[in-house]
Amino acid sequence: MKSTPRKLLITNGRLIDAGGERSADVRIADGVVTEVGVGLLSSDGEQIVDAAGMVVCPGFVDLHVHLREPGREEAETIETGSRGAAIGGFTAIVAMPNTDPTQDSVGVVEFVRQQGERAGLCEVLPSGSITVGRKGETLTPFAELAAAGVRLFTDDGNGVQDPQLMRRAYEYASDLGITMAQHCEVERLTEGAVMHEGSCCSHLGLPGWPSLAEELMVHRDIELVRLTGAPAHFLHLSTAGSVELVRKAKADGLAVTAEATPHHISLTDELLRSYSALYKVNPPLRTMDDITAIREGLRDGTIDAIATDHAPHVSASKELPLDQAPPGMLGLETALGVSIAHLDMPLVDIVAALSWKPAEIAGVADRHGRPIEVGEPANLTAFDPAEEWEVVPGQLASKSRNTPFVGVPLTGRVKHTIFNGEVVVLDGVAQK
Amino acid sequence: MGRSLLSISELGEPRLRRLLSIADHMAEVNRRPNPKVPALRGKTVCNLFFEDSTRTRLSFETAAKRLSADTMNFAVSQSSLNKGESLRDTVETIAAMGVDAFVIRHGSSGAPWQLSAWTDASVINAGDGWHAHPTQALLDMYTVRTSLNRLEGFEGLRVAMVGDIKHSRVARSTTEAFKMLGADVTWVSPRTLLPPSHKEHVVSNLDEVLDDIDILYLLRMQKERMNEALVPNLREYTTRFGLTPERAARLGDHVLVMHPGPMNRGVEMAVDPSELRGNVINQQVTNGINVRMAVLFDLLGSGSENSLAGSPEA
Amino acid sequence: MTNTPDEQSPEPVGKQVLGPDDVRRAITRMAHEIIERNRGLAGVALVGIQTGGVWVAELLAAEIARIEPHTDGVRLGSVDASLYRDDIGLRPVTPGTVSDLTFSVEGATVVLVDDVLYTGRTVRSALDAIGDYGRPKSVQLAVIVDRGHRELPIRPDYVGKNLPTSSEESVSVTVDGVVISGGGS
Repeated sequence: MKSTPRKLLITNGRLIDAGGERSADVRIADGVVTEVGVGLLSSDGEQIVDAAGMVVCPGFVDLHVHLREPGREEAETIETGSRGAAIGGFTAIVAMPNTDPTQDSVGVVEFVRQQGERAGLCEVLPSGSITVGRKGETLTPFAELAAAGVRLFTDDGNGVQDPQLMRRAYEYASDLGITMAQHCEVERLTEGAVMHEGSCCSHLGLPGWPSLAEELMVHRDIELVRLTGAPAHFLHLSTAGSVELVRKAKADGLAVTAEATPHHISLTDELLRSYSALYKVNPPLRTMDDITAIREGLRDGTIDAIATDHAPHVSASKELPLDQAPPGMLGLETALGVSIAHLDMPLVDIVAALSWKPAEIAGVADRHGRPIEVGEPANLTAFDPAEEWEVVPGQLASKSRNTPFVGVPLTGRVKHTIFNGEVVVLDGVAQK
Repeated sequence: MGRSLLSISELGEPRLRRLLSIADHMAEVNRRPNPKVPALRGKTVCNLFFEDSTRTRLSFETAAKRLSADTMNFAVSQSSLNKGESLRDTVETIAAMGVDAFVIRHGSSGAPWQLSAWTDASVINAGDGWHAHPTQALLDMYTVRTSLNRLEGFEGLRVAMVGDIKHSRVARSTTEAFKMLGADVTWVSPRTLLPPSHKEHVVSNLDEVLDDIDILYLLRMQKERMNEALVPNLREYTTRFGLTPERAARLGDHVLVMHPGPMNRGVEMAVDPSELRGNVINQQVTNGINVRMAVLFDLLGSGSENSLAGSPEA
Repeated sequence: MTNTPDEQSPEPVGKQVLGPDDVRRAITRMAHEIIERNRGLAGVALVGIQTGGVWVAELLAAEIARIEPHTDGVRLGSVDASLYRDDIGLRPVTPGTVSDLTFSVEGATVVLVDDVLYTGRTVRSALDAIGDYGRPKSVQLAVIVDRGHRELPIRPDYVGKNLPTSSEESVSVTVDGVVISGGGS
């Protein structure tokens, strides 16, 4: 195996970062940007990375990835997930805690972090659960995990149902500089659900997730934020009502942030007419009105970040009848392509939603999402913003194949990913 | 996927009408002393029943045998499937034994469509989750057609369908079929038992419509629904929506009373059905065999999809 | 010239080989033959094969009633053989009209009636169908036209007219006559 060079020159790219846009070359050495300028000459031992026709920007940060390891390695491992992330242009990903065992102790958190380091394809940031075992009964030792570097806590897969417990979580967390992230779902309203509750599900005779089940908890947690002063992050918002609630909360000056997935800005519940479990996800695909509201939320900043909720499942489980199949879709490798194809927004804002805004929420804005300037850590992505392509399940880096985007035209494709100054993806091919 | 019968909407009106006229032939066969014809000799029909249903399974089995087809029965409890063999593996294994048609009943809506993707055999939906039950709709239409001698269509007929619409695949398929043939259908149900977004042609008071109908279709009110706070108790359900002696007395002589079975006596049917002048519930059962024979014959017997030609040459 | 085998076409395109009078006379003659051969009408029943033989059976029954007015006439019914065809799955089959046998065939002398006798397969199917209603004492066959090309050992007892045809041709029989269409120039 060749040793990867620690010296790179990225040429001919169009740089986009929080500071603006400019065409320039970027020189990198030992993990840090050493020079930015037009027409830089290459020096000895430097790997040239050609970014002609491409946008070069800070590497993407995904706030919401299910890596399945430990516990469900048949669907994905930290290594294969990291590889998919790098191919998708992500230099940092937040690993969701619904593993087995749950990420509710320092031992498991450390294991996940180290597996990520060993793979060396992107930075794996373990999140912690809010409650022990995600059972919704007792609080995880937040301070211990915070000392081990965890910034985001969530019971994702489930929302914390008990309002008293959630209040305590917000209160306790407010001292520690960490953020509670909520999967908003009042479970008594969604028992047995397989798709969005609306006219499509009535017609198909399937139990549904009503929008209210999400909006009730969004409202509850906004009020808890108001009461406790702690910050909150809302995972995968999916309804027009939720977007409106967050908009008002931000207007009131509350410390809330929100994310939305690529599938919630592009796919509707009508896809469930095929009865294919590939389209089953929690929260579910909803109506065009909801999609429009979420796109508007991203446009006006109500929704801060695009996060994939990458959820791999083995093929056999996605071939089960709808009510038995697990919910979830892949997202890492198609995130950029879906976002550019479906968001009518300036490219810099799309990049912001993928890069520096989620970096801030994840607490890693000191090393990801950075401006491309001398002295900054070299975590960068180069992508072709105009390439039109289609996803081929067999070519995915993920161990699983449950992508809902087969046949959906995608615009924009990551070509090179630089992580800690090392080229981990070159011309769309992972280097390790 | 072979030619299949998965739902009434996919069937379409021309094929629906065709099946009803083929059912006339099957009804005649069933009136004979020896009710058997060799039409499907050499064909194999597999009953794949993932939900308990003796009556529907027997109906399909009898229909197949009267057409001289061979039958296979695969009755599965959910737990044995969870033990390892996936639905797909089960279907592919059985198909490899040489099956011309699967008759499938499954608790999950959509299962017959998934199954169709895995086999070239014909697939007949004998009921999936809350979603569809097309052969029930066919036998209901055939019963009305013969009881009221309505061979052309059901224009002007007013149907009241009463009960747990939300969880009923019979409600969905039978309503679709009635509307396809021109009848007017009103759903009578408390809000909690209606599909969430449905608003038209709905009343929550049975007495409001009782005097203006030609067909009263009662749905089974399952006792299990009590645990889900959908209605406070069965007695209240019967008072508001049941066919009580008082309502039965008000019912016109011409009104057909229908029920997909099995009946919950004292709940939705709170009178002795034999006392109802328009009771055609037993005809529904008989016609179940007639229409299922028609369906099997249409899918496995005919050589061409669009055959509406005259009789073949001598 | 195109083949128009469908007997529902309003104007048969082809050559008329028998006119309405020929058909009427053939029916009269066959009615006499049926009565003579069976030495009267006791136990005799006419069963038209759906759909082409039904009108022929009705005319035969009417003619028999006219010839023997002092009797009750002959029993009349019809049988649909489409569920018994041996070529189901090879050619499109739609049931014609429902069988109508209101009387018992047990021990009866059944005269099957059809308009055209060709390969004999329809008659074989009709024999199977009759068999499911009971066991007749004997079965005879009456047809207006025998066009040859038998594929099974079936022979008619009463024939209106023998008309050799080629297998590309098709034959249509109605009260207005017999028309042969199609085939070579």
